[in-house]
Parts: sequence; C-alpha cells; structure tokens
Amino acid sequence: MNRADRLPLANFAVAITAFGIAAAMAMMQALSRASLELPFRSPKMYYLSVTAHGVLMALVFTTFFIMGFGYVVATRTLNRPIATPRLAWTGFWVALTGTALAAGAILSGHASVLYTFYPPLQAHPAFYIGAALLIVGSWCWCATTILTYRAWRREHPGVPAPLAMHGMLVTAILWLIATVGVAIEDLVLLIPWSLGLTKTIDPMLARMLFWYFGHPLVYFWLLPAYVVWYTIFPKVAGGKLFSDPLGRLVFILFLILSTPVGFHHEFMDPGIPAGWKFLHSMITMWILFPSFVTAFTITASMEVAGRARGATGWLDWLGKLPWRDPTFSSVALAMLLFGVGGIGGAINASYMLNSVVHNTAWIQAHFHLTVGSAVALTFMGTAYYLLPRLLGRELELGLLARVQPYLWFIGMALFSFSNHITGLMGMPRRVMEATYGGSPIAAQWKVLTGVSAVGGLFLFASAGFFVLVMLGTWLAGKRREPEPIEWAEPLHPVTATTTWLDRYGLWTIVAIVIVLIAYAVPLWQHLQMTTYGSPGFKPF
Amino acid sequence: MNVPLYEKIWMWAAVVIIVVFSLSVAIGYGASALQPPSHVETIDPGKVFGDPRFAQRGVTVTAGGATVVAVAMMFTFQPAEIRVPAGKPVTFRLTSIDVTHGFEIVGTNGNTMVVPGYISQFTTRFAPGEYLIVCNEYCGGGHHLMSAKLIAEATP
Repeated sequence: MNRADRLPLANFAVAITAFGIAAAMAMMQALSRASLELPFRSPKMYYLSVTAHGVLMALVFTTFFIMGFGYVVATRTLNRPIATPRLAWTGFWVALTGTALAAGAILSGHASVLYTFYPPLQAHPAFYIGAALLIVGSWCWCATTILTYRAWRREHPGVPAPLAMHGMLVTAILWLIATVGVAIEDLVLLIPWSLGLTKTIDPMLARMLFWYFGHPLVYFWLLPAYVVWYTIFPKVAGGKLFSDPLGRLVFILFLILSTPVGFHHEFMDPGIPAGWKFLHSMITMWILFPSFVTAFTITASMEVAGRARGATGWLDWLGKLPWRDPTFSSVALAMLLFGVGGIGGAINASYMLNSVVHNTAWIQAHFHLTVGSAVALTFMGTAYYLLPRLLGRELELGLLARVQPYLWFIGMALFSFSNHITGLMGMPRRVMEATYGGSPIAAQWKVLTGVSAVGGLFLFASAGFFVLVMLGTWLAGKRREPEPIEWAEPLHPVTATTTWLDRYGLWTIVAIVIVLIAYAVPLWQHLQMTTYGSPGFKPF
Repeated sequence: MNVPLYEKIWMWAAVVIIVVFSLSVAIGYGASALQPPSHVETIDPGKVFGDPRFAQRGVTVTAGGATVVAVAMMFTFQPAEIRVPAGKPVTFRLTSIDVTHGFEIVGTNGNTMVVPGYISQFTTRFAPGEYLIVCNEYCGGGHHLMSAKLIAEATP
C-alpha cells in the first residue's frame, strides 16, 4: 500500500461502515411499512432508524466516499501529492468526530428528526454540532482539492486540467457555495436554539436555508458519479470517451444551475410568493440539459467500446460489453435507473404537478433511483475498481461482487415501481405503516407495500454482498502488485481551445450572481416580514 | 468546440423538450385555477386558538363555495371531519400549533405544508365522496396515525 493512499482509504472505510449500518436500518423500514409485526417494531425504533438511514446514507456515506474519491483523483490525475496533507487529515478527523457525535445522538434516541431536521422538531445539541463538524471537515477537503489544483496549475500553465480533476474541482466549488445555507441554518439558528441560548426559531427561514443547500447537495452526490461515468467507465468498458469538451461543459453547467432552484422543494410551503417558486421551477428545467448530454455521451462511449471489441451491427455492441465486470455492470445499471429517476425529477419540479406527488411515497421512489442508484450503485462499482488498486490486494468473493449490481437493480426496480404507484395513489412518505385505522382508501396501498418490502429484501442482500466483498478484500485479499488506475482517453485529443471551461473563478462568479438573483430578494422579503418563532418540540 | 452531428441533433432535441416542459409549466402558472399554496400570512403559533382568524374552526358554506378553517397539531387535525359541498371551490386555511405538519387530501391535488407561525391557504374542488386526509410531513412518533376525513356532499 502506498503511504499517501491511507488518506482515501481511511475515508472509504468510514463510508463503507456507514453504508452497512444504514442498509440494515433500511430493510427493517421496508418490512415495517408493509405492516409486518417484527420484534422491536415500535414508532420510536422506526423513526430513529429512518433518521439513522437518511443521515448515514445521504450525508455520511456520500461525503466520506466523495472525499476519498477526490483524493484519488487529485493525486493520480495531477501526478503529484496533495498540497496540504495535514489539512486533509484534520478534515477527516473533524468530520469523523462530527459523525460520531451525530450518530450517538441519533442511535440513543435523542435526535429522531430525520435527515431534513426541520425545526421546530428539536434534536439533542450533539446532533447539530456533529452536523457542523461534518461540514467543516468537508470544507477541509474542498480547500485541499483547490490548493492542490492551484499548485499543479502553477507547474503546468496553459494545459487543460484532466477531465476527472475538472469534475472534482467543480464538485468542491459547488459544495462550498451550497453549504453556506446549511452552515448558517446550523450555526446561527439551530445550535443556539438547541442549547437554549435562543428561545424560538423561525421554521420557514430554516426551511429556506436548508433547501438552498438541499438541492445542490444532490449534485454534490451526482457529480463524482458523473466523473466515474466520464473518466473511468469508458476505459472499463474497453473503449474511449466519446467527447471530452462536452464533459467539461456539463460540469460547468451544473456549477451554474444547481443552487438557484431550492424552492422546487418548497412548492407546497406557505410564506413564499408564487412568482419566486415559478422562477425556481423554470431554472430547474434547464438542469435536465447537462444530464441529457451525459446520457448521449456515455451511451456513445459504450458503443465505441463495443465496436472496439469487435461489434459491427446496429445493436450487437451492447452484447460485447463486459457485463460480468462488477464495475461495468454497476455503472451501466445505475445509468438505466437514473434515466427513470431523471424523468421523475422533471415531474417533481413542475410547479403544479408537484401537488399530486409532494411528500408522498413517490418522492422516496424518486430519490432512491437518483441518489440511491445513480450515485450509490456507481460508488459501489467504483469501490470494486479502486479498492484492490489502492490496497494492492485482489478483489475477494468475486462471485458475490458479480451478482451484487443485478440484485440492486432488481430490488430498486421493485421498490421504486411500487412506491411511485402508491405515491400517485396518495400514500404519504415517512410513515411507519399506512393503514390509518383500517381506512378503505389506505387498504388499496397494501399489496404494493408488500412489493416494496420484497424489493427491500433484494436491496439488503445486495448491500450485504457489497459489504462482505469489501471486508474480504480489505482483510483477506491476496496481496499482489496493484494494477494501475487508468483514466479513459478521449476519442479526439483535447485541444487548448477548450480551456475557457477551465476558468473556475469566472464560473464561480457567474454561479454566485444567479444564486443572488434567485435568492436575495425572497430572503430579504422574508426578513422584512413580522414572523413568530417556535419553541422546540421532542415528540420522539 | 467540435461537436459531432448526431450529438448536435440530440442536444437540440433536449432543448426542445425543455422548452416544451417549461411552456407547459408557464401556461399552468398563468392560466390554471390550481396554484401551489403560496399564501404569505403569519400568526403567533402560541396563540392560535385565541386568534380571531382561528377561534372558530370548521366549515363556512357560502353561495359560491366554502371556506375551511382547520388547525394541525400532534397528532390530529381539528376538525377531524370536514363536510364541504361537492363541485364548488373550497378554500382551506390552516396553521399548526406545534411542529410542521402536512395536509394532503388523498386522491386530489389538495396538498400543503402546515408550518407553525404561517397560514397555508389553497383552493380546490371535489367530486362527491369520502376522502382520507393524512399528515404527510414527519411530525413525531404518532405521525402515521395523524389523519382526518373529508366528505364532499352533492348539493341539490
């Protein structure tokens, strides 16, 4: 093992541990929703486990995995050590301390506020302080990424940044812009209020700040997955990247468009005028564009790979691809599920259509296809690729690894199909069970909650296989000379004309200006209003 | 930037799709009767029952439709049974006395967050029948029990 690789490996270890715990929580929830009487099933346990699942999956697994992956990209594509190793390690320990604090508060039953932690539900202060530390730790990663890039840039003037580094740099900048909202919510509103220093809190101000952060959060998850799709996947498939400049454009578009859209999570909220919701809805539609481009570019790259493997017909290139390679199949299946999830996202963002699906099971079906598949399955495939190469060990339990992506696909297809339908039928999300005292309307959801539970079993088996493969490889994998980490070459060589997309300072300013257009006036209007605060409640 | 022809066609198709989506949303925003509940009005959540706007909970039927005044609280709605005339516009006015709740009339487009300190308001119509109302925002240990009933009565 290379000494410098301890840093990404430490981050991956936390990510995989969080994933394992969160997956176990999830199966219990899927069975509970189907009204199965399990031992230990109680509202307290259920809402505790939903909180733990959401926080550990969406915030801990993702953040630590992305930090680890970012360090791999920085050191391997720039071919230099990171500029600030001390800062990076400090960030790791700070984020881990924060995770331990928050997880302790959740698992001891003092923070069942779910991962959206909307006040005036009030968690133990350790939960909010832990969240703050996790964010500060992730900022250390952002700073390390940017400083490492700048050091490389000074040594390499005039050369376009490697595409993978371009993507991770955009991810870091996007995260810095996004976390301003949640940092203010956490440090200014929630922590003093939970400590009793302030008596009341404005729930709508907290919601606005949360969702300012909440939507770019999903692109913080998605962009590293896109980096894998653009820069590792075509090589694993056996071909080349179809278009490098379009990949660069895609990342820059996400930097500009991902933050000024938060009100599309708040269409059903009082206290926000309709015109601002409409504006955010309109901007959201354009986020579809970079993903449409990605769908074409990556599919074309797969065709390039299939043809390089000898395909000659219209569609036989699909059959030539390495479907038994778990990295390939993870990413390919993740993209397929994301196609459905993306279309669902356009529906959610459509201003009025949202009133039919808002806070129903449709929403959990949607984001299990996006973050739960496009991102999580891609990260699992990435772990199969990176871990043996970083550890200098062989991937163990290869059969489990080969089956695992397909199990995830089947499980997620069952889970998301059934929850999309029950959502359209009106079943709310985040409920322990949906029987409503034997209501005949709620009884119509019963069969599909069973289908959802079966999906949950497949997903749990898949998650278990993944964790076993990781443990087996890490602890007992046969030692060997590590294979190199290879980045996909573009079909056409990159020319210097594409470097206008490397002007990160300029694009950051453009992004901030659009954020100000979308948020400055409604926030100012909100602060002018006479509002009444709420004391904290702990009904869990 | 050198973009291959097929990808150019695809990108323009994507632009057309997005413009069509946006136009359909814009037409809805400008011309549809249903609007998301974007009412801006605040209230002291500690004094809801004493506030003249919420002192009387229930349904007021007028010639043109009806107004429903309701309060959400852990883990019930007040009133728990709402009778409104079918086919006529019904305006709902809601607030919460404790945490954030949801108010979703299952099988309709009636759906709003109910945030303490704020008054949610929206208008919709119902076909005759009995509807289930559920809380669709997590509000604590009894969240899954929080429901009410709406009966839309056919008027002569």
